[in-house]
Amino acid sequence: MESAIGLNHFLAVGLILFCLGLFCVLTRRNAIGVLMGVELILNGANVNYVAFSKYSAAAVDGQVFSVFVIMLAAAEAAIGLALVLAIYRSFRAIDVSVMRTLRG
Amino acid sequence: MSPYLFYPLACLTIAGALGVVLNNNPVRSALSLVATLFLLAVYYIALQAHLVAALQIIVYAGAVMVLFLFVITLLNLSPDPADRTSPLFGAAALGSALLLAVVLGRALWATTLPGAANTPLPEGFGTTVVLARQLFSEYLVAFELTSILLLVAVVGAVVLAKRDPSPADMDAPAPGREA
Repeated sequence: MESAIGLNHFLAVGLILFCLGLFCVLTRRNAIGVLMGVELILNGANVNYVAFSKYSAAAVDGQVFSVFVIMLAAAEAAIGLALVLAIYRSFRAIDVSVMRTLRG
Repeated sequence: MSPYLFYPLACLTIAGALGVVLNNNPVRSALSLVATLFLLAVYYIALQAHLVAALQIIVYAGAVMVLFLFVITLLNLSPDPADRTSPLFGAAALGSALLLAVVLGRALWATTLPGAANTPLPEGFGTTVVLARQLFSEYLVAFELTSILLLVAVVGAVVLAKRDPSPADMDAPAPGREA
């Protein structure tokens, strides 16, 4: 094995997840699809936190942050999906391009 | 982590993420996301983050994704080929995502990152005891604010998802509102 797996490899995985999530958020019209893209973005960041936590000073701060991120994602999903339900009730659709009531 | 484990795992994770992005069927998309989250938990175990891996499976792949699937089935979403923004906007999105990937990838390539792989880890690294000690000393304020945030989220979700008391609003043809 001439190349051991290092920090770079994990950061690359996190980077790819982040970019795929960004693409998903930008191109989906389904509001639930957009939320799933946000989950991908948060997980890409989480991989970075955990990888840095192991490889830098071997301090657990990165893992503490990733626990906070998981909690934040849970709160975001609960609120986001409740919003989707409320939007579906008033627009009969969850297509984000239909919701343009606030457009001037 | 051995390369023979890492590269297949990385390919599977990215395939799962691509499945989330490219599937038009929301249920398949959500199941791809579940698979991706499980594979990420394997990474966390390989990175000695055992508590984070357990939380990832319980909270993320368990609770959050069940919520997603529940809402998808509740709204009775069918596969929608029109679940995309316009081709022009899609190309712009692809371009910006690729540009970000290239810029960050180049930065990653050009940076010498600290820490060798064989740094000796302290005793109990990544266990609940060590993490909890940090959480309840240095990050105590953030932790308490987190509990307030979760409480607000729960109350907010209940208020938002609650049905309107007046049934008249339910039957109104709503898309006309945009006028």
